[in-house]
Amino acid sequence: MAKKTTTSGWGLYPRVDASVRRAHYRRDLRTDDETSVLPQGSCRSYGDACLHDHVVSTLPLKHLLDFDPEQGLLRAEAGVTIEDLIRFAVPRGFFPPVTPGTKFPTLGGCIAADVHGKNHHADGSIAGFVEDLEMVLADGSQVHCSRHRLPDLFWATLGGMGLTGFVYAATLRLKKISSAYIQQRSIKTANFAETCRIFAETQQQCTYSVAWIDSLKKGRQLGRGLILLGEHAPADQIKKKELFPLHAGSRLDVPFFFPDFALNTWSMRAFNTLYYHHQWSHSSTTTIHYNPYFYPLDMVHRWNRIYGRKGFLQYQVVVPFADGEEIMADVLGRIVHRGIPSLLTVLKTLGPANEGLLSFPIAGYTLALDIPFRNTDIMPFLRELNKSIVDAKGRVYLAKDAILEKEDFAAMYPKLEEFKRVKRLYDPEHRFRSRQSDRLGIT
Amino acid sequence: MRALVLGAKSAIAQAIVERLDGYDFALAARDSEELAPFAADLRLKRSCAVELIEFDALDTDALERFPHKVHDQCGPFDLVVLVFGYLGDQRAAERDTTAMARSLNVNFTGAAIALSHLANYLEESGKAGGIIGICSVAGDRGRQSNYLYGAAKGGLAIFLQGLRNRLASTPVHVLTVKPGFVDTPMTQDLDGLFLVASPAKVADDIVRAYKKKKDVLYTPFFWRWIMLIIKLVPERVFKKLKL
Repeated sequence: MAKKTTTSGWGLYPRVDASVRRAHYRRDLRTDDETSVLPQGSCRSYGDACLHDHVVSTLPLKHLLDFDPEQGLLRAEAGVTIEDLIRFAVPRGFFPPVTPGTKFPTLGGCIAADVHGKNHHADGSIAGFVEDLEMVLADGSQVHCSRHRLPDLFWATLGGMGLTGFVYAATLRLKKISSAYIQQRSIKTANFAETCRIFAETQQQCTYSVAWIDSLKKGRQLGRGLILLGEHAPADQIKKKELFPLHAGSRLDVPFFFPDFALNTWSMRAFNTLYYHHQWSHSSTTTIHYNPYFYPLDMVHRWNRIYGRKGFLQYQVVVPFADGEEIMADVLGRIVHRGIPSLLTVLKTLGPANEGLLSFPIAGYTLALDIPFRNTDIMPFLRELNKSIVDAKGRVYLAKDAILEKEDFAAMYPKLEEFKRVKRLYDPEHRFRSRQSDRLGIT
Repeated sequence: MRALVLGAKSAIAQAIVERLDGYDFALAARDSEELAPFAADLRLKRSCAVELIEFDALDTDALERFPHKVHDQCGPFDLVVLVFGYLGDQRAAERDTTAMARSLNVNFTGAAIALSHLANYLEESGKAGGIIGICSVAGDRGRQSNYLYGAAKGGLAIFLQGLRNRLASTPVHVLTVKPGFVDTPMTQDLDGLFLVASPAKVADDIVRAYKKKKDVLYTPFFWRWIMLIIKLVPERVFKKLKL
């Protein structure tokens, strides 16, 4: 019997005492030791998507299995992290085709959440680059699936939050890069309308784009921020010794939980104003390393403690472009009105949806922010917001969610019934489940 | 240079392999094909040669031929890293001959016979090389909670001491390693562990100690002092302790 450990997602809420069994070999990916299990990676999803009473940790499955430099195809075990992948790929002139805003999630976790990155409007989510999945199903059978082989299982697994079976390994098509640097163009915007307008103008030509929003500005300055556009810098523009240097480890740490009063609207306002004004001109261009561009928060180890011991919720939603601008402005306005001290509030446009049954991205605007968990009266507020998102035919990102209600979830994800049907096919006894899948009525 | 690693599935073994720069590897274990992902990873990241070879410390009859089998299948080797061990359940083994024999045979008999033949091979090859043997702090003094494992590992430590003495005039160096508690699959279900070290930390110490040609390494270092104190407790007192 494995020992009980307190587990939580990156938001530190909720916390669950779980037995954690570590999988060292493919044969350790079994469901028959417990009544039900959840595959678990780095626990970088924020809420309860990675939590269950019995989890099978895939972290020891961290081996790269095969690499074809001609095609850029990398076959790797599920516990390999984006960082492991970068350490291998960058010196060889490759990069993850899609990366979330942190490099610590595992490949298995990225598949489970069908993660998107700053290039979603141009390249789609990670599903588009997964050529093959090697899975172990509830009955112990080993199968391959892809867009061509068992496509129902494939599209239920990409975005399926680990509920269809264990991913043992995946073959990923990497992106060829000309250097480890990003040419970043940063454009200062005065309000929400301008932010959206610049997004619309720049979508076609840029690979990466994201906007940092000053989440404490109200009224006419609501939605002001910095739009950060990025391209992989061509080799001839790099005036450094090395074209493909790797990142160094993070040196900053948050060694203890911050007290609740540390982050308040006053300290956040000071930070936001400084950050907004550190760029003087309307637009500036710089060449920066991939690490600060893609992973600014990774620089601070355990930054999640900054919101205090009670943890925080991360709220990420998407609404379709039609009326999206007004709806997002309204949502942002209500959040700002409450004075929520979010360290990082991010707005981005997403491209068209894929066939993933529970995949998050749909064409539209997506907003993500942190909400410190200080008292429970935030719950009704967020549920109220969720209703507006449902009305707008938008949805909440399951990898960030800890509080969504069943009915709202069903309304947000119209392919849910199809997902349940596929899950019944491959996992009729619900051997795979999570706190989230129980809460949302999937299992 | 090629290192032969006995018990290559262990977390400590794999952490050592990751830190031995410039070596090719022969990875020996039971059901060695399960090491294929680890081997593939090594080949991709380090562009070194990695072979897998079947090895069972309980198959004592095969141990004499084993060095030549490795030589033929994987090529000549100059470093032997013995990591395998079997902890078992002390209380259960006290009444179970099979379990008792298993612990003694894996941890001492099999290890000592394998090392004897491998030492002969290394000595005969005449090249600079070494033997790293992983024992345990449990071998420094018998305690009721694990004296079977402790006796076997303690025996192995004395065996390595003798081997070091015998090979002192040759270019083959012998390092005895005595780790404290390490966070590995072997200990994952044990309660009451303290000062638990990571395999990475232990492996760092081992590779450094080997390069410096240390004879006996306690890792992490404080175990040398902890065990010194434990060894100094008079038997009259020690026998009454619940350790």
